[in-house]
Amino acid sequence: MLLKISWKNILDKKLNSFLCVLLMTLGIAIISLLLLLGKQLQDKFTKNISGIDMVVGAKGSPLQLILSSVYQIDNPTGNVYLSDVQEIAQNPLVKEMIPLSMGDNYQGYRIVGTNKKYFEHFKVKVTSGAMFKNDLDVVLGAQVALNTGLKAGDTFSSSHGLDAAGEVHGDTKYKVVGILAFNNSVIDNLILTSLNSVWNIHEHKEEAHTEEEEAHTEEEDAHAEEADMSKREITSALIKFRSPMGLMSMPRNINQNSKLQAALPSIEVNRLFELLGIGIDGLQILAAVIMLISGISVFVSLYNSLKERKYEMALMLSMGASRTRLFLMLLLEGILLALFGFIAGVIVSRVGIILISNQLNKRFHFDVNQMSLQTGEIYLFIGALAIGILAAALPSINIYRLNISRTLAEE
Amino acid sequence: MLTVSNLRFAYNNHKKFSFPSFSCAEGDALLILGNSGSGKTTLLHILALLLQPESGSIQINKQEFVGLTPRETAKMRARHLGIIYQKSHFVSSLTVLDNLILANYLADKELSKQRASQLAESLGFHELLEKKTTLLSGGEQQRVSIARALMNNPEVILADEPTSNLDDENCEKVINLLENQAKNIGASLVIVTHDQRLKDKFSHKIILS
Repeated sequence: MLLKISWKNILDKKLNSFLCVLLMTLGIAIISLLLLLGKQLQDKFTKNISGIDMVVGAKGSPLQLILSSVYQIDNPTGNVYLSDVQEIAQNPLVKEMIPLSMGDNYQGYRIVGTNKKYFEHFKVKVTSGAMFKNDLDVVLGAQVALNTGLKAGDTFSSSHGLDAAGEVHGDTKYKVVGILAFNNSVIDNLILTSLNSVWNIHEHKEEAHTEEEEAHTEEEDAHAEEADMSKREITSALIKFRSPMGLMSMPRNINQNSKLQAALPSIEVNRLFELLGIGIDGLQILAAVIMLISGISVFVSLYNSLKERKYEMALMLSMGASRTRLFLMLLLEGILLALFGFIAGVIVSRVGIILISNQLNKRFHFDVNQMSLQTGEIYLFIGALAIGILAAALPSINIYRLNISRTLAEE
Repeated sequence: MLTVSNLRFAYNNHKKFSFPSFSCAEGDALLILGNSGSGKTTLLHILALLLQPESGSIQINKQEFVGLTPRETAKMRARHLGIIYQKSHFVSSLTVLDNLILANYLADKELSKQRASQLAESLGFHELLEKKTTLLSGGEQQRVSIARALMNNPEVILADEPTSNLDDENCEKVINLLENQAKNIGASLVIVTHDQRLKDKFSHKIILS
């Protein structure tokens, strides 16, 4: 009955209640969305980073190098000679060097030339088909296979560059030999092949160019053959150190004494999150302010209606209601409004996540799909309830001061 | 049986009231007549246990009602008294039916739709049960508040100026209604009013001055 009266009171002031719920919904939705996105971004970023101590590549922005090599989102800084990288890998502090070579894509999915160590690094297994053996054999990341519909045995032509609109290498076709298991990491969105495949496909292209220009001599050709192995280029290499000592000495040494650039993922990602963090914090404060305004609107709404309902309250008191019971009834109104706001907010944030996820997936092949309730949202729930209770309690406390006789005699 | 003796009340040093003793048997009616400022409303509020008198006693069926704690007072009021205020007020967000049942709920009694329906039938507003109280006319509202006062089968019914806004015809009707309903449930009916038309209708009356 108490609940019924509260509920009817809320329905009786539809516009007021709607405004309170709307504000609460907005605040909760924004914070909840930020929580979800922030958590998933951080999850993805830290998962992909794990184990990689340093990235070497061409000179440029260190953040760009990390984004392109570790997360496969930004463009690479340029190419470097494999021999230079191998020289660094000779250092006793280096435990492992994983070369990466990219430059082509299929429907926007990057084709990355690498070796077996890359798979070992992610601990990913082939679920159907086999690992690549020959040139132009590829294995697909799980998400790629899902979205393109390619199966083992299919062939496709890649396009030059890293976005889908590049020029198509029509003459050579890649052959899918296997598909990887879901790894929930960047590898899900990659097409992987051997380093040789990447080199071959671009050599063909260069030959085609030179023939067109009719400006190549046999002498040059022979020279190129000779220099072949040493002048092989890769985009970057992921380095794992044997000990933290490597972190101290190697990056500075490389950056100062070679044509290469070394970047530390942990530092760059922290920098990125610091930059993002300012924006996220700002939005969170904004959302908290909106929630607070929702509380104020509950307060104003109840305060005004209590003035009108003073006689009603005195009447109920004279009919035997205890003051505490009426106080609870009014609190319940605040709680109900906060509760509706919270539920609506969580639903809106989930819808938002689905929309954002679709966008991210289209643009970056970056899938966010966490729908479960976050721990942060439990605090949010408590916060929303606290605001609702407080906003309702402040005006309702007057119930304890109401003089029944005087109020009833006034009219 | 309502027995009242030697009630005294003071708002402050200048405004003091002392009321005559009286009693009212079950099924009987008592008229308390007085002009404005004679302490009518004060007496009604004391009888309704909304004000605590300085001294004196109010007994319903030999049970003392003066000097109880606020919590006990509220409970006693809800269980033993039915009060009809001069102006009808309701919980505006609830329907007529819910307003009636609310009397049961607040007195911690069993919620009886049947009782509400039966009272609505005998007071002639059965078709209004599902309506909001704000949509009712003044006469309808008064009948609903009479029904509400009867919901818990009280031993004493207190009515504050029940006829002051009514024409002669309706005045007659309402008074008959109150008397009949009080008789039906065997309650003592106490009417506090300044309405001189009621003077001749009741044999048992007290005039305040």
